[in-house]
Amino acid sequence: MSQTVDVGTPPAPARDERVAQRSTLGRLLARPEVGALAGAIVIFIIFFIVAPPFREPSSLATVLYVSSTYGIPAVAVALLMIGGEFDLSAGVAVTASALVASMISYQFSANMFVGILVALVVALAIGFINGYLVVKTGIPSFLVTLGTFFMLRGLNLAVTKIVTGNVGTNDVSDIAGFEMAKNIFASQFTVGGVSIRITLLWWILFVAIATWVLLRTHVGNWIFAVGGSAPSSRAVGVPVNKVKIGLFMTVGFLAWFTGMHILFAFNTVQSGIGIGNEFIYIVAAVVGGTLLTGGYGSVIGAAIGALIFGMTNQGIVYAGWNPDWFYFFLGALLLGAILFNNFIRQRAEASR
Amino acid sequence: MTATADTRTKAPLVRLTDAGKNYGNIIALQGVTLEVGGSEVTCVLGDNGAGKSTLIKIIAGLHQHTHGTYEVEGESVQFDSPREALDRGIATVYQDLAVVPLMPVWRNFFLGNEVRKGPAMDIAGMRRMAKQELLDMGIDLRDVDQPIGTLSGGERQCVAIARAVHFGAKVLILDEPTAALGVKQSGVVLRYIIQAKERGLGVIFITHNPHHAYPVGDRFLILKRGRSLGYWKKSEITMGELTGLMAGGSELEELTHELEAAGTESSGLREVAHVFEQEVAELHVGGSGGQRTPPSDNTGARRDASQT
Repeated sequence: MSQTVDVGTPPAPARDERVAQRSTLGRLLARPEVGALAGAIVIFIIFFIVAPPFREPSSLATVLYVSSTYGIPAVAVALLMIGGEFDLSAGVAVTASALVASMISYQFSANMFVGILVALVVALAIGFINGYLVVKTGIPSFLVTLGTFFMLRGLNLAVTKIVTGNVGTNDVSDIAGFEMAKNIFASQFTVGGVSIRITLLWWILFVAIATWVLLRTHVGNWIFAVGGSAPSSRAVGVPVNKVKIGLFMTVGFLAWFTGMHILFAFNTVQSGIGIGNEFIYIVAAVVGGTLLTGGYGSVIGAAIGALIFGMTNQGIVYAGWNPDWFYFFLGALLLGAILFNNFIRQRAEASR
Repeated sequence: MTATADTRTKAPLVRLTDAGKNYGNIIALQGVTLEVGGSEVTCVLGDNGAGKSTLIKIIAGLHQHTHGTYEVEGESVQFDSPREALDRGIATVYQDLAVVPLMPVWRNFFLGNEVRKGPAMDIAGMRRMAKQELLDMGIDLRDVDQPIGTLSGGERQCVAIARAVHFGAKVLILDEPTAALGVKQSGVVLRYIIQAKERGLGVIFITHNPHHAYPVGDRFLILKRGRSLGYWKKSEITMGELTGLMAGGSELEELTHELEAAGTESSGLREVAHVFEQEVAELHVGGSGGQRTPPSDNTGARRDASQT
């Protein structure tokens, strides 16, 4: 109480001497994706040494293609996880979108884009329902989306069987609009003799947009905030429910996009695929430094996580190893990444 | 300070008259009268469960009062959401501060009020403004990019207060800002309360610590079990009286007797009882010393304040 009230402001130092010791390296290590980047480099070097076919540019293109098919939904899943929620239905939502687009266009003899648009509406609706149930009931999204996961899984199979009499959909390649849709979602082009799939470009675009939104816009600020502390965000006027529902719908959107790719890459869709992929999206995000509890993470990290997945997935084949081991490696990778990220984050936060 | 003079002549920024709140058949708050004007600090004291949080929630717009009136600048209001209260310049700094620990200080500072530049945020501008605004409040942060969770409790409290001030608060409601803080940190926060007051803001300071309330407060409201025990100007009450009313002198006495009775078996309890007894004795001295002192007499108050 004897303290004097000092209203006068001290002169602002041009350079605060207390921040000087934080080196560029320290700053770099504080980034969420640094652990994943180090891991990706190590894995790349390992396969580069042990698997000669891995060194071919065409192999690299395949790795990037595989990575992109997981990386695209992982962009949205990472955003959602930064926003503090889970989506276990993302994997089957991909399949559901592809099935809907295929069956609508085929059964109604409609233009391909009618099916594509209906599928988009369905995918966004799945995201909306997930989000709405989570914010309105307060039930953990893990449980809500586990429910929708099983429901979709059942619907995919049951409805496909009712409509087509089969577990897969009919070939859509002679439907009007197919060529154009294929150009958008599943075309390829050649660069220097290497065939590149268009999903790679879409992936890069989605990562760039999501990163920009996350780091440079107020919406990104809100995503970090609702994941970090929803009650605090609400107290300062952040529309928490809208942000969360929007994130679930973003997952729906990119699930739809991935579903369209699968449809136009293979012309038919098997109703049972996609199960288990939701975990790969989550693994990509977590390996990329996104906190399981929300409020911290990066989309670029999730992209690197998907790349690690793609490299391991293909690298094992190129190295001639038994692919049965793949999931063991994936699990070990996940565990390693979590431990490493934990260590890095603690270090980074302590050094401030 | 001319603005302050203006608000003084006008109706108080916030005035509750005989306000109450029922949750169904449970009476959470009853007959509370309170006002705060510009450059004034009104302290609300009370033990846990006294109705302090209900009172804050009414003023902040989280709940609606069911009895009495609530006026803002002389105009009767009924807020449906905290946003409406905020728009009238009533900002609440909750105990948990409404900060997101993992986010940088500047992002927290502007959370919900981001400055936009086209579709993006004006990040450089916000960083600079946050740093400057905090500096103006006397908080010299090492780096506004550090996660706010790495700041000390007092610093975080000050950032939350500075944020409310920056976004045009006329009335600040501070919910137990010193409850979780050490002595030194509490001093820092009390200093900001005085600073906010000097900037012309009205402050409603909720606390259960009379030692924190008395030095900064202009008016004091004591709540107990949802009722107002009394409402005093600083000139009408002394530190000792305040402490006595707060602690509930008679209850403390009762506790002493109970402990004494139990203490026949245990020497440890007897010691505790002895400590309580002394405290009660002190309260009586302080209380009777300042009893019914004329408003002009401030000596008792000053003496008691200096003891803290």
